[in-house]
Amino acid sequence: MHNAQWTLANLKPALPEMWLAFSICVVLLADVFAGRSRARVTPTLTLFMIALGAMLTIRYAAVTEPVLLFAGLYIADPLATTLKLAAFLFVAVTLLYSRPSLESRGMLRGEYYVLALTALLGICVMVSASGLLTMYLGVELLALSLYAMVAFDRESGVAAEVAMKYFVLGAIASGCLLYGMSLIYGLTGSLLFTDLTEKLGNNPGLGVVLGVVFVVVGVAFKFGAAPFHMWVPDVYHGSPAAVGAFVAAAPKIGSFALAFRLLSQGLGSVDGWWTEMFGIIAVLSLVAGNLIAIAQSNLKRMLAYSAIGNVGFILLGFVAGTEQGYEAALYYTLVYVLMALGSFGVILLASRSGFEAEEIIHLRGLHTRDPLLAVAMLFLMFSTAGVPPFVGFWAKLQIFQALWNTQHTVLLVIAALMSVVGLYYYLRIVKIMYFDAPADMPVSRAGLGLRLVLAINALAVLVLGLLPGALLDLCARVLS
Amino acid sequence: MRQVGLLSLLVWLPILGGFAVLALGERRVAAAPWLALIIALVTLGASVPLYTGFDTGTSAWQFVERLPWIKIWSADYYLGIDGISLPLILLTTVITVPVLIAAWTVIEQRVAQYYAAFLIMEGLMIGVFSSLDGLLFYFFWEAMLIPMFLIIGIWGGPRRVYATLKFFLYTFLGSVLMLVALIYLYIKAGSYEIAAFHALPLTLKEQFWIFLAFFAAFAVKVPMFPVHTWLPDAHVEAPTGGSVVLAAIMLKMGGYGFLRFSLPIAPDASRSLDMFIIALSLIAVVYIGFVALVQTDMKKLIAYSSIAHMGFVTLGCFIAFGIVTQTGMTQGAGMGIDGAIVQMVSHGLISGALFLCVGVLYDRVHSREIGAYGGVINTMPIFGAFMVLFALANSGLPGTSGFVGEFLVIIAAFNANFWFAFLAATTLILGAAYTLWLVKRVIFGPVANKHVAGLEDLNPREFLVLGVLAVGVLLIGLWPAPLLDITQASVQHLVQQVLTSKLPL
Repeated sequence: MHNAQWTLANLKPALPEMWLAFSICVVLLADVFAGRSRARVTPTLTLFMIALGAMLTIRYAAVTEPVLLFAGLYIADPLATTLKLAAFLFVAVTLLYSRPSLESRGMLRGEYYVLALTALLGICVMVSASGLLTMYLGVELLALSLYAMVAFDRESGVAAEVAMKYFVLGAIASGCLLYGMSLIYGLTGSLLFTDLTEKLGNNPGLGVVLGVVFVVVGVAFKFGAAPFHMWVPDVYHGSPAAVGAFVAAAPKIGSFALAFRLLSQGLGSVDGWWTEMFGIIAVLSLVAGNLIAIAQSNLKRMLAYSAIGNVGFILLGFVAGTEQGYEAALYYTLVYVLMALGSFGVILLASRSGFEAEEIIHLRGLHTRDPLLAVAMLFLMFSTAGVPPFVGFWAKLQIFQALWNTQHTVLLVIAALMSVVGLYYYLRIVKIMYFDAPADMPVSRAGLGLRLVLAINALAVLVLGLLPGALLDLCARVLS
Repeated sequence: MRQVGLLSLLVWLPILGGFAVLALGERRVAAAPWLALIIALVTLGASVPLYTGFDTGTSAWQFVERLPWIKIWSADYYLGIDGISLPLILLTTVITVPVLIAAWTVIEQRVAQYYAAFLIMEGLMIGVFSSLDGLLFYFFWEAMLIPMFLIIGIWGGPRRVYATLKFFLYTFLGSVLMLVALIYLYIKAGSYEIAAFHALPLTLKEQFWIFLAFFAAFAVKVPMFPVHTWLPDAHVEAPTGGSVVLAAIMLKMGGYGFLRFSLPIAPDASRSLDMFIIALSLIAVVYIGFVALVQTDMKKLIAYSSIAHMGFVTLGCFIAFGIVTQTGMTQGAGMGIDGAIVQMVSHGLISGALFLCVGVLYDRVHSREIGAYGGVINTMPIFGAFMVLFALANSGLPGTSGFVGEFLVIIAAFNANFWFAFLAATTLILGAAYTLWLVKRVIFGPVANKHVAGLEDLNPREFLVLGVLAVGVLLIGLWPAPLLDITQASVQHLVQQVLTSKLPL
C-alpha cells in the first residue's frame, strides 16, 4: 500500500528515524553550548532522547500491518518496530556501561554520543529498508559512525591503526555490497525488495548470481563472519572498551536486518544460491571462531572470536531458510546481543582509571574482589556457551530445531560439536574467576546504579532462560 | 490425581533455599549451614508424602503437575513420578542431608557457597528424576552440571581444574548428542512429552541412531566401560560431599536414562544392540574390578568399584531380551530391571557411605593413600565397625542392600545365559577382594604410624551421618519388599513396552 500523500500523519511510522535525526541535532547543539557542564549534560540528554524516542515509537509508530513509505523504499512493520526498540535499548545500556570508562580515560566528549546516535539511526534505517538504496544508506551511516568511534581515542596508536584497517576493509566490503546491488538493479530495473522477488524469478542468469555473490560478501563482512572476520578481533581489541562494547552489541541487529531484508525478502526467490554460500560461511565461522578463541589470552579478543562463532549460529538460521529458521536467527541475535553486551559490561565495570581489565588473567579471583561482577560473568559465560538454565541454550536449540526440520543434519552435527568446543573457553573464564587464587588487582569502583544495570542484564539471561516462552512468541509473531 | 505442588516444592525449595543461603553471604557464616540443613530436612520431610501417598498398584504417572511452559514448541512444565523415579528421588533427598552434615566443620572456605551449591544441585537432580517432558528433563540434566563443576573446581584437590573440566566436557558432549535425538523425536512426535516419545513408532534405522545418541549421554553418565575415565579423576579431586553426590545420585541418572528413554523409545534397537551393552557391562564388572584391585588411592578404588557396580545396573537393564529369548516367557523378564533399580539405590547408599568414611579419615590425616594407614581399628573402633559394614555391603554380603541388587541381576543373567551369570558373579570374588583387602590394609593390623596412633574416633556428628546410611543399607538388605513393591508395577509396564515392537507395520 503505497502512501501517495506525504502528510505528517502518513509519515508517523517513520517517527523513530525522524526523532533520532532531531535528537542528533539537539545533542550536538547542547554539547556545543553546554560549556563546562557538558560532561554531565550530554550523556544524560542522549539517554533521555533515546528513552523518549522509544516511548514515542511505542505510542505513535507501532504498526500492526506492514506500511510502505517513501515510494516503497521504506517499510514499517512489527519486525521493524521490535528491532528498533531492541536497538534503542541496547544502545542505551551500552552508553550507560561506557560512561565511567570514557570518563576515566578522558574521552567523555559529546562526539561519542552523537556518533552513537548516528549509528543508531543507521541501524534503524537498515531495519526499515525496503529497497536497495535505503539499505545501502543505512549500512553506510552505521559503518561511518563506527569507523569514527573506533578511532575515538586520538592518542592511541593502536586505535588509529585499527580504525584504518577497519575503514579500508569496510570500504572494500561496502564496495562489494554496492557493486552486487548495482548488478541486481541493472538486471532487474528495480530497487524495491518487493519487486525484486518477482523480477528475478527462480532461474537467475549469471549476472544476477554474480550480484548475489558480491552481496553475500558484503553481508558476511558486516556480520563479521569467517572468512571476512579479520576486522573483528582487531576492532574489539584495539578500540577503547567502551567502543568495543558498542560495536559488539547493537550493530548485530543491523546486520540481522541487512541479511533478512536484503537476502530473505529481496533475494528470496534465488535463495538456493545464497543459502549455500551462507552454509559454507557459517561452518567456517563456527570452526574458526570457536577454535581460535581457545588460544586467546586477551579477553576482548576472545569475545571477538566468540562473536564470530555465534554469528555462525545466526547464519545457520538463514541457511534453514524457513520461517522457523528466521525466527531462530532473530531470537539468537537478540539473545546474543544481550549476552555480549553484558560481557563487555563486566569488562567496563571491572576497569578503572589507569587499569583496563582486558586480559583474561585480570579476572583472576574476581569472585573475592567483586562477587557481583563474577556472578554476572558466570551467568553470561554459561549462557553464551549454551548451557541451561540460561537463555543461550534456547537460542541454540531454536537453531538446531530449524536445521533438523530442513534436513541439514551435517550442519546440525557440526554446530552441536562446535558448541562443545566453545564451551571450553567459556569454562576457562569461570575457572579463572572462581578456582584461581585471587590476584592483587585494582578493585572496581563502579557505582551502585551501574551495578544494578549489570545485575539486571545478568538476571535477564537467567529469567529469559527459565521462561523463554514470551520472547520466543514475540519473535514468531513479528516474523509471521 | 493432581496433588498440587508437591514435586514442584521438592524441586524449587532447595533451589530457592540455595539462593537464600547464598544471599547470607560469607559474613554470616555460622548461619549458612543451619539454614541449609533446615532446608534439606524440610525437603526430606516433604518427600515422605511421595512415599506414603504413592499408589503401588499402577504404572501411571503420579503426583502429576502440568503447566504450559513454552507454547510454540508445546513443551510443558510437566512433572510426575512412577515406581522407577520415586526410589531415586527419595535417595536424593535422603543423601543430601548427610552430605551437608558431613561438611559441617570440614569446609572452611566459602561456606555459604558450598551449601548453596549442594542445595541447588539437589533441586535440579529431583527435577531430572521427575520431569515428564523431554525438554524439561534436558534443562535440569544440563543445569545440574554447573553446580557440580563449581563444587569440584572450588573445593577440590590439587588437580581439580583438570578433573572438573574433563567432567564437564565429557558429559556435555554426550548430552549434546542426546539433545539432537530429542529434537528429532520432537519433530516426529510433535511434542516434547516423554509419553509421546514412548508411543511413537520408529523404523529400526531411526531407533538405532536415537539409541546411539541417548547412549552417548547415558553411558558417559553411568559411566560405562570405554567412557568411564572422567569418573576416577572427578571422584579423586572432588571434596567428600561432591564425591558422595556424584557416586550416589549423579551416576544413577545414566541408569535412569536407559530405563526412561533408551529402552521404551527404541525397544527394537535395544533388542538388537543388547549384546553390545551386555558386553560393555561385563567388561566393566570384570576388567574394572581388576583395575580397582591395584589402586593405592582409597577414593580411586571406590570410584572404580562404582564403575564395576554400575556395570550391574546396565547389565540388569538390558538382560530382559535375553531372558525372553531363552525362556520364552515374559514373566521373569522384569527381574533384571528390578535388580538394576535396587542396585542403584543400594549403591547410592553404600558408595556414599564409603566416600564419607574416606572423608572421615582424610579430615584427620589429610591423605587418601592406603599406605598412609594401618590399624585404624585400634584408635577408631566405632569407625572401624562402620567401615567394615559398608565394605561388606559393597562386596555383596547377604543381609545388606548390596546383596539384593546383585543377586537379582545375577539370577536374571543366569536365566538368559549361563556365561553372563558366570562373569557377573566374578564380582562377588573381585568385589570382596578389593574391598576387603582395602579394609585389611587400612583398618586392621598394627598401628602403622603416629598419625594413625593419634586418631580420634567418630564424633557424634560423624556417627549420625554414617549411622543413618548404615540403617538404610541394612533395611534394604533385610527387607527389600517395600522397595520392590514400589517398582513392581512400573517395571512390568516397562517390560511390556520394551517387548512390544515399535516398528511401523
